[in-house]
Amino acid sequence: MKFSVTVTLKKNVLDPQGKVVENTLKNLGMLNLKSIRQGKFFEIEIEEKNEEVAKKKVNEMCIKLLVNLIIEDYKIDIVK
Amino acid sequence: MRSSVIVFPGSNCDRDIAVALQRMQFKNKMIWHKETSLPKSDLIVIPGGFSYGDYLRSGAIAGKSLIINEVIKAAKSGCLILGICNGFQILTETGMLKGTLLRNKNLKFINRDVNIRVMNNKTRFTSKYKLNQVLNLNIAHNEGNYYTDSNHLEQLKKDNLIAFKYSDSNGNTDDKFNPNGAIENIAGIFNDKKNILGMMPHPERMVDELISNSDGINLFSSLLD
Repeated sequence: MKFSVTVTLKKNVLDPQGKVVENTLKNLGMLNLKSIRQGKFFEIEIEEKNEEVAKKKVNEMCIKLLVNLIIEDYKIDIVK
Repeated sequence: MRSSVIVFPGSNCDRDIAVALQRMQFKNKMIWHKETSLPKSDLIVIPGGFSYGDYLRSGAIAGKSLIINEVIKAAKSGCLILGICNGFQILTETGMLKGTLLRNKNLKFINRDVNIRVMNNKTRFTSKYKLNQVLNLNIAHNEGNYYTDSNHLEQLKKDNLIAFKYSDSNGNTDDKFNPNGAIENIAGIFNDKKNILGMMPHPERMVDELISNSDGINLFSSLLD
């Protein structure tokens, strides 16, 4: 079973990298660009048939290591 | 006084701190991160560097290493723990110190000497300094922008857990003198029992007048008391 995990900085945490990317894209003429937040992406494959159990495991991975909960939010999606 | 310096792949200030400790007559041992036990220590130092190449987040992987469980146990039993630079980042990743260190506000690696003001001199780490004394120490980091939630920030202030703040040479802690964007100019903090200190500046680089200055010495001599 495959999952994707997206980790982004919380809304109230300054994302200077995202800001620089945003400004650069605006300089390239992307004038309707509203905002960009930069994040991290993990593809996780897990040996488990039960979706709920697998998702729980991925969630545990996020809490234990992948995400710094003080400054980051995360989203888990199943990859079909 | 017995000290242990934890060494990770990518640590690069481990020898500097060992030299500083030995010069101050500590009986020091270097401990590789794969060890599962620690020698009896009065002080454990987590040195600066780029443990595990800063993969995932600075300090994240080192914060889950085998030896860290022993460091956590020792800290709980009252052992003094000093985390410098990457060591501070590792301490926050383990939860031994609250908050975290974000990318510097200007997105640049900063390597220069800065002034910091001693905010609390009634601790095992700072007793040989005067209150509000200004030290000139070196910083060298990419993620030194200390951040924590408002509740913890209040606790830091109320319980006098801020060790050092970035300042000018007169001790002004105006935002102008903040090199990395750290909340309230915070350069170092204690845990609530004050047996753990995490700091971004490098005291071990300031123990020899020949190559720098001696502003770091009193941190080590405080520990010897």
